[in-house]
Amino acid sequence: MVISHALGARIKRREDPRLITGRAIYVDDLNFAGMVHVAIVRSPHAHATIRSIDTTAARRAPGVVAVWTGEDVKARCGPLPVGPRIKEMKAPKRFPLVIDGVVRHVGDPVAAVVATTMDAARDASDLVEVDYEPLPSVQDPEAALEPGAPILHQDLGTNVCFRMTYGGGNVEEAFAGADVVVKTRIVQQRLIPAAMETRGVVAQYKGGELTVWTSTQIPHVVKTTLAETVRLPEHEIHVIAPEVGGGFGSKLDVYGEEGLVAALALALGRPVKWIESRRENFIATIHGRGQIDYVELAAHHDGTVAGLRVRAIADLGAYSQLLTPGVPTNTGLMCCGCYRIPNAHAEVIGVFTNRTPTDAYRGAGRPEATFLIERAMDLLAAELKMDPVEVRRKNFIPPAAFPYKTPTGAVYDSGNYERALDKALERADYRALRDEQAKLRKQGRYLGIGIATYVEITGLGAVAGLSGGNWESATVRVEPTGKVTVLTGTSPHGQGEETTFAQIVSDRLGVPVEDVVVLHGDTRAVPHGVGTFGSRTTPVGGSAVYVAAEKVKDKAVQIAAHLLEAAPADISTDGARFTVRGSPERSVEFKDVARMAYKAYKLPAGMEPGLDVTHFFVPKERVFPFGTHLCVVEVDPDTGEVTFRRYIAVDDCGNILNPLLVAGQIHGGIVQGLAQAIYEGVTYDDEGQLLTGTFAEYVVPQATDVPAFELDHTVTPSPHNPLGAKGVGEAGTIGATPAVVNAILDALAPFGVKDLQMPITPRRVWEALEGNSASR
Amino acid sequence: MIPDRFEYVAPSSVAEAVGLLQRYGAEAKVLAGGHSLIPLMKLRLASPRYLVDINRIRGLAQLQEDDGTLGVGALTRHADLETSELIRSRYPLLADAARVIADPLVRNMGTLAGSLAHADPAGDWGAAMLAVRAQVVATGPRRDRTIPIDEFFVDTFTTTLGPDEIVSEIRVPKPSPRSGGAYLKVERKVGDFAIAAVGTYVVLDEKGACRQVGIGLCNVGATSLRAKRAEETLRGRVPDEKAIADAARAASEECDPASDLRGPAEYKRDLVRVLIGRALRRAVQRAKGGA
Amino acid sequence: MGHRISVTINGTVHEAEVESRLLLVHFLREVLGLTGTHIGCDTTNCGACTVLLQGRAVKSCTVLAVQADGREVMTVEGLARNGQLHPVQEGFFEKHGLQCGFCTPGMMMSAYALLQQNPNPSEGEIRWGISGNLCRCTGYVNIVEAVKYAAEKMRATPAAAELERS
Repeated sequence: MVISHALGARIKRREDPRLITGRAIYVDDLNFAGMVHVAIVRSPHAHATIRSIDTTAARRAPGVVAVWTGEDVKARCGPLPVGPRIKEMKAPKRFPLVIDGVVRHVGDPVAAVVATTMDAARDASDLVEVDYEPLPSVQDPEAALEPGAPILHQDLGTNVCFRMTYGGGNVEEAFAGADVVVKTRIVQQRLIPAAMETRGVVAQYKGGELTVWTSTQIPHVVKTTLAETVRLPEHEIHVIAPEVGGGFGSKLDVYGEEGLVAALALALGRPVKWIESRRENFIATIHGRGQIDYVELAAHHDGTVAGLRVRAIADLGAYSQLLTPGVPTNTGLMCCGCYRIPNAHAEVIGVFTNRTPTDAYRGAGRPEATFLIERAMDLLAAELKMDPVEVRRKNFIPPAAFPYKTPTGAVYDSGNYERALDKALERADYRALRDEQAKLRKQGRYLGIGIATYVEITGLGAVAGLSGGNWESATVRVEPTGKVTVLTGTSPHGQGEETTFAQIVSDRLGVPVEDVVVLHGDTRAVPHGVGTFGSRTTPVGGSAVYVAAEKVKDKAVQIAAHLLEAAPADISTDGARFTVRGSPERSVEFKDVARMAYKAYKLPAGMEPGLDVTHFFVPKERVFPFGTHLCVVEVDPDTGEVTFRRYIAVDDCGNILNPLLVAGQIHGGIVQGLAQAIYEGVTYDDEGQLLTGTFAEYVVPQATDVPAFELDHTVTPSPHNPLGAKGVGEAGTIGATPAVVNAILDALAPFGVKDLQMPITPRRVWEALEGNSASR
Repeated sequence: MIPDRFEYVAPSSVAEAVGLLQRYGAEAKVLAGGHSLIPLMKLRLASPRYLVDINRIRGLAQLQEDDGTLGVGALTRHADLETSELIRSRYPLLADAARVIADPLVRNMGTLAGSLAHADPAGDWGAAMLAVRAQVVATGPRRDRTIPIDEFFVDTFTTTLGPDEIVSEIRVPKPSPRSGGAYLKVERKVGDFAIAAVGTYVVLDEKGACRQVGIGLCNVGATSLRAKRAEETLRGRVPDEKAIADAARAASEECDPASDLRGPAEYKRDLVRVLIGRALRRAVQRAKGGA
Repeated sequence: MGHRISVTINGTVHEAEVESRLLLVHFLREVLGLTGTHIGCDTTNCGACTVLLQGRAVKSCTVLAVQADGREVMTVEGLARNGQLHPVQEGFFEKHGLQCGFCTPGMMMSAYALLQQNPNPSEGEIRWGISGNLCRCTGYVNIVEAVKYAAEKMRATPAAAELERS
């Protein structure tokens, strides 16, 4: 691929003018005449039977139009999708409101109050009287596996949703023959995705068409699903993802409220609006992570890894959402990291608990995989008294080994892990840092240097439960005046593909970026697509745009050749003009070719009119970005506070289409990963009440709490798509968590602290040191 | 999130406001900065029937020295203290405290007086005011009453303020020569309520011994606390490392923290010890003319 | 009980009858249709709703509409004048200071207020100045760059920029 002036350039975002002037329209900005508002009554119990629901008082309250319970839903709604289908998976059906009389987590929706104003709906929701009989609940996924644990779904007869194993080689033999074995138990705490815009849905049924505006990453999947859920033919459903204020996986689902609001709009014949409160967002939108990992790594004295054994217990929460089982299974697939580990075995168990369901959150299973192997490598280095860098070097998959198949079944496309590591070390001046660390320790100051080398997997989407495989659609339509409209099946919500996709088209066709508009998120405007998640938008969706643009160009060249009475092979173009090689006077402008494509009286024989191509791109394989993150912290052993000194990230996402946007993705990704390391973590009490239920208690970092980052790249193009791009939306998050944790534990090594549970808050540092007070 | 219904009244004088409080009694709440009250109302954890907005009363936003004290008006915002040159140059403890309260947006609305009246033990001003021996001026139906800060806090969210009284001013003694103060806080992230925080104020005599000591503790008890024994430990002594360590230990013993999401009680006690040590060192340094 | 209020928003006087409990952010969004100001939480933490009230940046979810009676409010819609972006907006555009855009209006209002008080803030002062605003996308790095850009631009042409815009 040739990186032209457009592709690879730091181009400002086309999205921004509407966003910085307050003109962008998010779901909550929609208001229609006659619109009614929904407030949802949610379970205050983690597990309970509903004895009765009395809606009499709520129905009589001022402004109330309707009050629905599970009975109404049962009569009007089909189930919501539960997927992806994993072999022998057991998952319950789910509905917009609880229909079987049992609530299974705090926040489970029980009733919906509809009123003419949001204030009236809110007021009346207090008047719905629900009589609960509390049941014993189970919070801990390991406890949920025990015999006699409360069972969430009686009809399944078990809390185990699925068990999967990954691996190859001979693990038993590898461990038996190893010189050292290091072990750890990792708690991947639950995280709250906390997109700044909560979810929201507006629905209107008018003129035989149901229009649903929803804050989603997958409008097309919502459309297909709603056809079943509200029992309407799919072609009568129009779904729009307007401006979407962040997702991070939390809007990669078809939620009950989407079905509920649509069903209410159909039943009431009025526009209906539901906007999630932040409190609801914390209990009713999916959580991320939630995994307990038992890790054992076997190695020889020289640091060569012989085998890896992982047992991952995934806390699925109360239900399987759209992709829930697909998250921890990624951990099984990716647990060997960047290393040539000949013998590996991973067992992944998905378990129901009385908590908010978990699902994909930025990284979705890969952060867990990277964390466990990167922690294990540091433990091994400590055990062997080797530098963590050297242990990694020793075990890297060498560049010549690609494509490389891991024993767990992933086929890595391309990589040069050592090059990224070297670049990070050089930039950090690693030796000097180690010297400074030694000097400061003598002064009673504790510097820590943490390294994480990661490889991850992007271009996901080949899962049942979604509307299709790992493909994406794009239309490139040259209008008769030569301007270009691009339609993409992806649904960006901050990633900036209105800009990068315009760059791709500009690169292919030679038209200025300003002459290209990119539309997305409207199922009536764009062909059926999959959506934006799993860092797939550019490698998969962008490749669809690329191929469609190539096809447009081929056709344009044929038309130009015909107009110029030359052979297509003799036509050259700079984008603005097609010229016969060697005869500069014989030329035709791009916009005239476009016009002639539609005038259609002078086309090559048999050619269809128009200059408009739709392409469904199917990548050959998935792609594997990688890199090295290096973090330097200082720990105050007296207060337990951690201060960031430096943060260096060298990421390889293949070819870079827009460095400005790639940097933005990495910055944001790092902060979310760093936040898992030291700030964020969901806490429930023993009764299943969420203690971190607001931004006051759930610690999302502010500008003052994070450092600036030093970014660099290596470029190893992927062979699997024409852009050579690998996707970069999650890389920062995946690299950051282990880099920060390794840094803190490196700082605390003189105290003999080997492991700490995330988030490593000041109290946890203090507690660890208190436990080692003899050494102080 | 929408508050329950209530009636809003905006008096134009303190006397009028007091009259409204007399009439509505416990059903009324005073709205100053509102940044503790309105969030509680939105969550419907507070549902007063009447809201008496004092923001339209003139002359309550002063921040000036006279008669040996600094007067801080009922409507003087945290940000006013944070950005005041007077505070920065002469009241380092207050300057330290002002900039660690919540975030800049909250500091633009929230008030020192309101924060004290709310009596949240996690409020930073309580500890700071205890350290500097402030006085709370309460205006009620009869004449104004001056309440020493030591007699102000009764329990969590409870003060000795009458239901028909308004905190109209806070009075802070002017700094003596050879005095210094500091406020230090450990928090989970900037602007969070403290895991623990401490305010220290010292006045040195000619020989460098502590003539006066004030130590206030934040979020390690049911109310903002004064570390009385720690103060006694230090009073009359030259604040060398030994004396400071003794005071720090005393404070960590006399505080009464509860275990919660921010950490176990033992951790908070130890933090008090560490922070008192650091804050005293800084206060002494400042008393000796350092920054 | 209704209150008749009159609020000057972005230079225009708006009068309305409002309930006591109506929050300023809902007044702006629902009553006046100024939906550039967003709501991101229920607990006065996120700053998505930041506007200027009498020149000070405040969280409009924690101010009652009646409290703004007779006062001046500036929202994101008031930043650009005569179709010309304010330097703060330009900074966010130039430096990729936004991704999903949801926190951006509030973030820009905080930045605007900061630069009114401190025309030449250091990186630390910028981070401190926007610490009442959560962003989940950018990692703040480019927001800091955006504010630096705006500060430079405003210092370079303070009067001219204001005159042209007015």
